[in-house]
Amino acid sequence: MTEFFFNLTWLIPLTPLAAFAIIVLWTNRNRLLSTWVAWIGIGLAWILGWIVFFLSWKNFPELTPPEFGHPVSLYAIPTGSTVLKLGFQVDTLTGLMLFMVPFVCLMIFIYSKGYMNYGTAEVDSRYSRFFAYISLFACGMLGLVVSDNFVTLLVFWEIMGLCSYLLIGFWFDKSYADPKRITPKQAGLKAFLTTRIGDVIMLAGILLLYSQTGTLTFREVFSEETLHTLATTYAFAGVPWATLVAILIFGGAVGKSAQFPLHVWLPDAMEGPTPVSALIHAATMVSAGVYLVARTFPLFTAVHGGTQLAVVAFIGAFTALFASTIAVAQNDIKRVLAYSTISQLGYMIAALGIGAYVAAVFHLIAHAFFKALLFLGSGSVIHGVEHGHHHSHQEHEGQETEFDANDMMNMGGLLRRMPRTGWTFVIGALALTGIFPWAGFWSKDEILADAWKSFTQGGEFGVSQGWSFFVWLLLTLAAFLTAFYTGRQIFLTFAGKPRTEAARHAPESVGSMTWPLIILAVFATFLGLFGMPWANRFFQLLGQEATIMGEHLSHGEFNPLVAGISTLVALAGWLIAWFVYGRKPLVEPVDPLAKTLGPVYTLLKNKYYVDEIYKAVVIQPVIRLAEACYAFDDKFVIDPIVDGVGRFGRWLSEWLKKAIDNPIVDGAVNGVGQVTAAFGEFMRATQTGNVQNYLLVAAVTVLLLLALFLVRG
Amino acid sequence: MQVPLSWYLIVAAALFCIGLYGALSRRNAIGILMGVELMLNAVNINLLAFWRHVEAAEGTLSGQVFAIIVITVAAAEAAVGLALVIAVYRNRRTVDVEDVDLMKL
Repeated sequence: MTEFFFNLTWLIPLTPLAAFAIIVLWTNRNRLLSTWVAWIGIGLAWILGWIVFFLSWKNFPELTPPEFGHPVSLYAIPTGSTVLKLGFQVDTLTGLMLFMVPFVCLMIFIYSKGYMNYGTAEVDSRYSRFFAYISLFACGMLGLVVSDNFVTLLVFWEIMGLCSYLLIGFWFDKSYADPKRITPKQAGLKAFLTTRIGDVIMLAGILLLYSQTGTLTFREVFSEETLHTLATTYAFAGVPWATLVAILIFGGAVGKSAQFPLHVWLPDAMEGPTPVSALIHAATMVSAGVYLVARTFPLFTAVHGGTQLAVVAFIGAFTALFASTIAVAQNDIKRVLAYSTISQLGYMIAALGIGAYVAAVFHLIAHAFFKALLFLGSGSVIHGVEHGHHHSHQEHEGQETEFDANDMMNMGGLLRRMPRTGWTFVIGALALTGIFPWAGFWSKDEILADAWKSFTQGGEFGVSQGWSFFVWLLLTLAAFLTAFYTGRQIFLTFAGKPRTEAARHAPESVGSMTWPLIILAVFATFLGLFGMPWANRFFQLLGQEATIMGEHLSHGEFNPLVAGISTLVALAGWLIAWFVYGRKPLVEPVDPLAKTLGPVYTLLKNKYYVDEIYKAVVIQPVIRLAEACYAFDDKFVIDPIVDGVGRFGRWLSEWLKKAIDNPIVDGAVNGVGQVTAAFGEFMRATQTGNVQNYLLVAAVTVLLLLALFLVRG
Repeated sequence: MQVPLSWYLIVAAALFCIGLYGALSRRNAIGILMGVELMLNAVNINLLAFWRHVEAAEGTLSGQVFAIIVITVAAAEAAVGLALVIAVYRNRRTVDVEDVDLMKL
């Protein structure tokens, strides 16, 4: 029974892929059918995924080392001296991802029907294509989590990158009056190129790993002998292969999970449709980077006290704080959430960096639910405000002006207009800020508790106590800012009085949009209970798997001091947010922070000018180089050479034509023709067409021959 | 008394020349056909004359058989020729061979 379903794991990514193919090839024109095909595809994946999850939960002791999961090998490709084995595997980490990914995908698929205005006059003209793309995306994510080797992992990883590009640029024909504002087309390209940097680094890591071990299957790479060899052989002075490979693979995670310094693509990715922001850029794809580090965690811990974990911890913690400061000064409702996502992903990466493997995965799962909820909620808000905008314009017959439905300054008082969206959004916000007893409290607290424990009692895997304290401090500060910007968002969007006509007329969204919100809100509320420190199912599931690293992982016991501090800072954040935005609701769309913080606010509003710095340091030089190459190619060297060869050839052929072809070859051919024609003209005289003439000639000839015969005798 | 062979040959040659002259000079297609018939009959006279004077004593019949075959072929040829003439006449309303010069464009 268990075996049977585990052997069917490979079907999970295939059902959405089949849905993608069916929609693209056949049902493209029928919107309702395309919707159902996509729903059935992800629905089957969900059912199968949950069966596998529950079975893996039931059987988790068997799915732990030394077997390292239940293997299902599908192909073996001979590659020169070794054999590349491709297949799928089920272990508890995969099981947990199969719990989260297909379910969140299903919710978002259902939500998309309402968001893309199915059944109304405003239905998106590329409605079916949207469902095809998100189905392909689901295939990529599900395939990633069931892969048992680096090759298929990379393939599915890139499928997701492609889908991300396609979906961010889904409204590629959209343009804005403000030339500085990034268009969906540019945003898609930016995301694709930025993540590509990380992917190339990761590919280098994988290739180095292959060159050292001769295998890319997780089970073989993470076996004790291989890890020991990797940790004790040196790439160059003082750097073992394990460290180098781990850091390179982490590069891929930095790109995909939008960690500093490759975080710039994620906020601009919000130009895509909101279900995409929720699906790809909050819940699933960006967490693939965290999943990658979790999956390859044995590599990161192979060298005791190596620099790789310090790098991971530093980037994660820095990103967590960095992104949350930017979120404070953003007015676009989705951009705030985007920076919040970057910040939360920083939490997970930082947790992995101090060896808190279980806490990171727990936060990954919990975050996916409440961040999907928040994104879908923000989509519902935007949708409502847009409708309100159209509605108020129809009434007033006004001129259609540039109106930004994403701008929180254009909202206010929406809790009354959109109660379901509003209350579920508040629940998501409570979960995000880590208020007891919502999911975020338990998961975030576990990370902080682990960091604190690592600081006080010495870290696992040789993580230094100083680093642990650094991580704890940064994450706690980030927790405070998280509460502040989330509170700001809630008060600006839902509290007070509507600041525009659009917000005054915003209607509540349709059922297919609000029901997924309610279901996700339930999960965001109760999921944390599975990770309570004194009954931590996550630890039971993952802890044993993690013992492959030869260590017992830190299991964050409940630490009242840490929980107290984090709750206190979260409450402080909420309180200050209320003090600034909630106590006296804004009437004018001017942020009071701008005056208080002054230049700091401008700095945050412009995201520390990272985009501008990249433009000056990376993009401009690349463009200059391209222009120089173009000039080299087009004006000075290559093109003149090519043109010169061409001109010489043409001159030569013209000379040959004049000197040889025309007089000799043509002369001979024409001469034969002319001679034949002249001869024919001469002979033509004898052809009278009169039979009697011919007969006469024949008779005379016979007579002459006869005479000749007689004479000669 | 026996008629000498040369007399037959002279008659046949005269007949042949008359026929040839008719075939070459007549414009009417039927006239040409009649000329051809005359030439064939001149040949028949020759065949029979030579048979009578050269082979009859040996008891063979080859000269007569040859003549009969020629007569048969001549009859067939006359039929085909007349049919052609009729066909030409139906198409072009003339049997004047000067006007039937489709072969020369």
